[in-house]
Amino acid sequence: MSGHPTYQPQSPFMKWMERRLPIASLVYSSFIAYPTPRNLNYWWTFGGILTFMLAVQMVTGIVLAMHYTPNVNLAFNSVEGIMRDVNYGWLLRYVHATGASFFFVAVYIHIARGMYYGSYKEPREVLWILGVILFLLMVATGFMGYVLPWGQMSFWAATVITNLFSAIPAVGHGIVTWLWGGFAVGNPTLNRFYSLHYLLPFVIAGVVVLHIWALHMVGQNNPTGVEPKDEKDTVAFTPYATVKDAFFVGVFCIVFAYFIFYIPNYLGHSDNYIPANPSQTPTHIVPEWYYLPFYAILRAIPSKLLGVTALAASIIVLAFMPWLDTSAVRSANYRPLYRQFLLIFFAAVIGLGYLGSQEPVGGYVLAARLLTAYYFAFFFIILPLLGLVERTKPLPKSISEAVLTKGLPAGASGPPPKGAKV
Amino acid sequence: MTSHRSIVTAFVLAAAFSGAASLSAYAQEAAANPTPQQWSFSGPFGLYDPQQLQRGFKIYREVCSTCHSLKLLSFRNLADPGGPHFTEAQAAAIAATFQVTDGPNDQGQMFQRPGKISDYFPSPFANDQAARAALGGGLPPDMSTLAKAREYNEGFAGFLIDPFTMYQEQGPDYIHAIINGYTNPPAGFALPPATYYNKYFPGGAIKMPPPLHDGQVKYTDGTPETLDQYGRDVAAFLMWASEPKLDERKQLGFQVMIFLIVFTGLLYFTKKRVWHDVHHPADPQQPRTAA
Repeated sequence: MSGHPTYQPQSPFMKWMERRLPIASLVYSSFIAYPTPRNLNYWWTFGGILTFMLAVQMVTGIVLAMHYTPNVNLAFNSVEGIMRDVNYGWLLRYVHATGASFFFVAVYIHIARGMYYGSYKEPREVLWILGVILFLLMVATGFMGYVLPWGQMSFWAATVITNLFSAIPAVGHGIVTWLWGGFAVGNPTLNRFYSLHYLLPFVIAGVVVLHIWALHMVGQNNPTGVEPKDEKDTVAFTPYATVKDAFFVGVFCIVFAYFIFYIPNYLGHSDNYIPANPSQTPTHIVPEWYYLPFYAILRAIPSKLLGVTALAASIIVLAFMPWLDTSAVRSANYRPLYRQFLLIFFAAVIGLGYLGSQEPVGGYVLAARLLTAYYFAFFFIILPLLGLVERTKPLPKSISEAVLTKGLPAGASGPPPKGAKV
Repeated sequence: MTSHRSIVTAFVLAAAFSGAASLSAYAQEAAANPTPQQWSFSGPFGLYDPQQLQRGFKIYREVCSTCHSLKLLSFRNLADPGGPHFTEAQAAAIAATFQVTDGPNDQGQMFQRPGKISDYFPSPFANDQAARAALGGGLPPDMSTLAKAREYNEGFAGFLIDPFTMYQEQGPDYIHAIINGYTNPPAGFALPPATYYNKYFPGGAIKMPPPLHDGQVKYTDGTPETLDQYGRDVAAFLMWASEPKLDERKQLGFQVMIFLIVFTGLLYFTKKRVWHDVHHPADPQQPRTAA
């Protein structure tokens, strides 16, 4: 990614500064001159959207923390106090709660885009693994945040999820007691979850820096999966990517605001407006919607230990995608078979999400097992084998060729459009 | 473009299914589904009807408050904007009709005094155990967040349609239905002692006796004094108690939506302008990397 213009300080102060802390040239090379493939579609704006959402969650979260009390006797009422007596407290809380959902919407789209266009492949393995770590951190942060309002679903979700660790042989129960800080989910649990819920977003921000650093080392992937070859294949980050990202952050915010202002409780659970009651178990304990596919995998397996193992494996396996996928071609646009299997995979995850919300009875159990089997078969059988047997479509020679022959069948090399000299 | 369309379809389905999950999972007990009512506060511009909230408050005060607490509400809330629009003097007068426990005084004793506007609604029972002891084992839930703490299973179709119709009134619909849902139990239904059959209550057997009947609460504004109307009025009041900032939320929401749509529209045209020379290169030899 060399050859793009470098920062030339003009003013005496910036020249002075440049020799001491070259922050201006860092910003210039990373966010202004940084070359991005010219053919990125809107699925590539979700990285920017995620950064925006992290900032939204941190800002609203810090203000909410000023009004929240992490004590089992006070937490529920302090959240209601935010809703009722804090100026715009209802807005802060609805932005933060809906924001968690939209954070996950964005991250799932971001991950799906990476899977579809092969963004995990050489040389982007570390970039991808950092992404998986970020997702794990988000899962932990989201879960602990959901416990804080101390409603019925908060309490029982905390009980169910922490109990998963008891499946570990020999030390499991000790670990659970240690996590709880007692012999049941109680005040120590709420306090540490609050502390960690405040800490983890900053850890996420740190890993995001690494994620972006790794991205800038290897450059962005693009819909063709063909690396940029020369300047005709790229455009400068600013203004091209900046304005495109800004536009789509705007589109995302319209949907986000619609949920905040008109249906703020649609994605939540009504039971969480009932104060936590350790002596009364809700009829159905379900996690937040964004964990449902993994919850379905957990319940699909009759053995608790194996179920927990499968739950963990279902996320960790993502980190191994760069090596499980044996194909040399990145983009699913040129991999007809992979494309089909991947779309079925997405449908299977959605199906698991649905099953995760239902009671595990009758045909639902079988369905969850079949989809779980497909989930893992996709990674451990389909991905390695496809690379060996699949006949891929011919790749364009370069990004600019792909752009200029747009509309023609993928890979076909027709005459360039009128007026375009290639 | 086909590939893009499939991804879109996949995500739409994904969102649909996984969302469906959250609703259809609950309330699977075979209870009848409430009939959605007309609410003044539904939809993007729907606000509370202060007259209705005042009627609902009258019902709470004369009937519900015998057993149900409303701990998170203060008398001052009755005069808040977006509420029942009582004046401050009226709210203070209402507060004065309640006896609240205060203290300890200089002698170390707790004492009773008339309520002040800054007081919270006193609870009918000293604690949950006292309530259970007095009411044959049943515990009337606190009503502060009740209207947001109840939902019913609309099925998958309802789940998909709700975001578009902005249906957020499951709780009030359920409360209205419960008040109107007392019937004779179906043949063969074994009703446990000291319970009543209510077709909208999960499991059918509810410990609350039918709380209201036609003509029980007197209205001064000519509104019909029917059970159906009582149900709607008290449900609207409880929705306000649960979500007191709904009016403010929708009014601000409209401004935010207008701003976002205009701003995003401007960004779209800016983006189009900026990218124009990339999509329509006048001279493809000209490098575009320099901003």
